[in-house]
Amino acid sequence: MLQNILDFVFGRLKPSDFVHDPIMAGAGFAMVGALILAIIGLTYFKKWGWLWRNWITSLDPKKIGVMYILVSVIMLLRGLADALLLRAQQATDGSAGLLTSDHFQQIFSAHGSIMIFFVAMGIIFGVFNLIIPSQIGARDVAFPFLNSVSFWLFAAGMILINAPLIVGEFSTAGWLAYPPLSELQYSPGVGVDYWIWSLQIAGIGSLLSGINFFVTILKMRAPGMTLMKMPIFVWSALTSTGLIMFAFPILTATLGMLSLDRLMGMHFFTATGGGNPMMYVNLIWAWGHPEVYILVLPAFGIFSEVVSAFSGKKLFGYTSMVVALLAIAILSFTVWLHHFFTMGAGADVNTFFGIMTMIIAIPTGVKVFNWIFTMYRGRVRFATPMLWFMGFIVTFTLGGLAGVLMSVPPADFQFHNSLFLVAHFHTMIVGGVLFGAFAGFAYWFPKFTGFTLNERLGRYAFWNWIVGFLLAFVPLYILGFMGATRRLDHYDPSMGWQGLFVVAGIGVAIICVGVFFQLLQLGYSIWKRNDNRVGSDPWNGRSFEWSIASPPPEYNFAVIPTVTQRDEFWELKKKKHGSLLKSHYEDIWLPKNSGLGPIIGAFALAFGIAVIWHMWWLLIVGLVGVVVTLIIRLTSDETEEKMTAAEVAKHELKRGIV
Amino acid sequence: MKNVIEEAAVQQKKTLGFWIYLMTDLVLFASLFATFAVLRGQTFGGPSGHDLFNMPFVLLETMILLTSSFTAGLAILGSNRGYKKQTIFWLFVTFALGAAFLTLELTEFSHLVSEGDGWQRSAFLSSFFTLVGTHGLHIAIGLLWLAVMIIRLIRFKFKQTDLNRLALFALFWHFLDVVWIFIFSIVYLIGGMA
Ligand SMILES: [Cu+2]
Repeated sequence: MLQNILDFVFGRLKPSDFVHDPIMAGAGFAMVGALILAIIGLTYFKKWGWLWRNWITSLDPKKIGVMYILVSVIMLLRGLADALLLRAQQATDGSAGLLTSDHFQQIFSAHGSIMIFFVAMGIIFGVFNLIIPSQIGARDVAFPFLNSVSFWLFAAGMILINAPLIVGEFSTAGWLAYPPLSELQYSPGVGVDYWIWSLQIAGIGSLLSGINFFVTILKMRAPGMTLMKMPIFVWSALTSTGLIMFAFPILTATLGMLSLDRLMGMHFFTATGGGNPMMYVNLIWAWGHPEVYILVLPAFGIFSEVVSAFSGKKLFGYTSMVVALLAIAILSFTVWLHHFFTMGAGADVNTFFGIMTMIIAIPTGVKVFNWIFTMYRGRVRFATPMLWFMGFIVTFTLGGLAGVLMSVPPADFQFHNSLFLVAHFHTMIVGGVLFGAFAGFAYWFPKFTGFTLNERLGRYAFWNWIVGFLLAFVPLYILGFMGATRRLDHYDPSMGWQGLFVVAGIGVAIICVGVFFQLLQLGYSIWKRNDNRVGSDPWNGRSFEWSIASPPPEYNFAVIPTVTQRDEFWELKKKKHGSLLKSHYEDIWLPKNSGLGPIIGAFALAFGIAVIWHMWWLLIVGLVGVVVTLIIRLTSDETEEKMTAAEVAKHELKRGIV
Repeated sequence: MKNVIEEAAVQQKKTLGFWIYLMTDLVLFASLFATFAVLRGQTFGGPSGHDLFNMPFVLLETMILLTSSFTAGLAILGSNRGYKKQTIFWLFVTFALGAAFLTLELTEFSHLVSEGDGWQRSAFLSSFFTLVGTHGLHIAIGLLWLAVMIIRLIRFKFKQTDLNRLALFALFWHFLDVVWIFIFSIVYLIGGMA
């Protein structure tokens, strides 16, 4: 009787699920400890109200953007710790017994999933939120409440993917959980379910956010800003969100089907019952390849902004940049099969996808040349954002060439599943997306804080990163040629691989020093902020975000600017009447704060936990909770409040800009 | 209150956003259709579509759903011209037809399961239940939406914001109709061939 009640309440959760090996338990304790410290701190300094009113319930995209970035930074540290463990295990060839095979597999699955979904995606959406409205001369996004829901779904997914450190286990099936390994028969535990539902919930958030920014860009540009007058970052965001709209529904469907296999005994991808695991591999890469471009196109956009700002020139070949973005976006849906040339689709199919993959290198090459021509004869200032750009050009070109090499199907039969591939995609994602994020962080940081980051520490961070990065991944290219496959938790010493693995391990350690300098840079810059105060336009920027105060007021623009040409702000500055402000203000409508976004996130989290642990009552609670909260929100009409023209004038006066 | 121009801009954004949402939903259905197409022949020794589908029954379902789309259109016409009673009447009819469709679909499902031809039987049946069931789930959500809307239209006497929502609902309902046409042709007609 008691057992029945316990089973009903807790599903398949048992006390033993809380028991972990020392490393995981340590990480779990550290996480819980940090959380408890934060709670004590908030209570002691009486900051709960402030947190709730100014952040959690806020619908201001700038606040939401900062929260995205904060989560991404924390997740970057988690992913880095995972990487360090993986490298330590391989540098010692597994003989030191640092990690068990099972734990090693959980870590590489977590490392990949976290870095893509909760670091890279989080950064992209953070930057979208922070930059897009002010670059197009808008006060807000198209759907402010939906934006909040997206963020809290992202946060719920983040909690779910970290929960295995405390309760249960994570997936051991890799970052894309190929069946039949990820099916119930071979992975009966909660690990794969954690993976599915953390990605599913965060992924739906990403999809909604993609729709939101797509509509924002199409519908909310300042008067006169035609599509071809948009800043290039906005173009990159438009193409990226376009890809999200086509790719993420495929992920939703695929994860849904895998989950139905596991929960309801269906046979989509099982080895028995007529299921077809290869269908999963096709579907997941039909999402997965565009996903790469969803991440890297905005990074291209950031670099384009940085290069033209720090070269003091307009971007070279704007139109060809736009065409290249569109070409990449379209082509990215025609290459997914290059992830599994070895699956046996036959020579004709492989050839087609191989050629398409080679073709996609052309628009990418166009972009690289445009950036270089932008610098040509410019007055290049080598500030940290520019250093990250230079690092990116080197690593990205190197990694890109490796990619073209792998697009040749016969060659790919050698590289498939080898460390060569691992080195390739890390060169692209770290060298492209992450370096882009770092460049953007240093570039836009003063816009949102009013002071710049310390340059010297930034340089230290960059040089540690680039040296560590090359040391960490060049050996993997070589190891790949030597036959080392990915996901090895131990190997025979006679393979002669250990030296290179040690070098790679040292590389990661140097990257950690770089990260340490980044954290130091952030802390030091905040501490010494009064020495680094800058005005609204510290870099002599080109687009509208530099025309408004730093940090910007909640409404961004007291007066919406009018656009007649590309780089309007820059052109106005040249003509010496830089002030876009007029004394005539109008009433501004701003969205009211709403606690319903975080509540929906909480119910979604409950739903996720319920599905993973088979607590069916909680599943009903989560589902009904989400639906009822949505109905409450969707049927309420008074969701905005007016800031009168007089109040706007008062705000602007207080900032000393009239 | 916002002025008329501001309201119109908000409504434009919502309409575009909703269209885009519908397109993403279409991609989701496309993934399920593709999976069905691949797994259609994987009956694993069990029954095929030809053995299971009762075409007159499916045709009845189809006619009911198409009619409900028509009555939803009549409701919109009514609301555009300000005929409140007519609007409410046709919305009720739409709801009844939608509910009838859903009942028929669940009847078909429970019949299959009781015959031992549930979703666990074969990959073909897994993909069948999932594709058709996802459409059914959308219909259920649509019915919930419709119910809330009928209550609000009556209670708040046809407020403009509710009329805007009604227009979006009609889009959603027609969209489900289009998806059903595809299900009818690909799942039942092609999938039901010997
Ligand atoms: Cu790819």
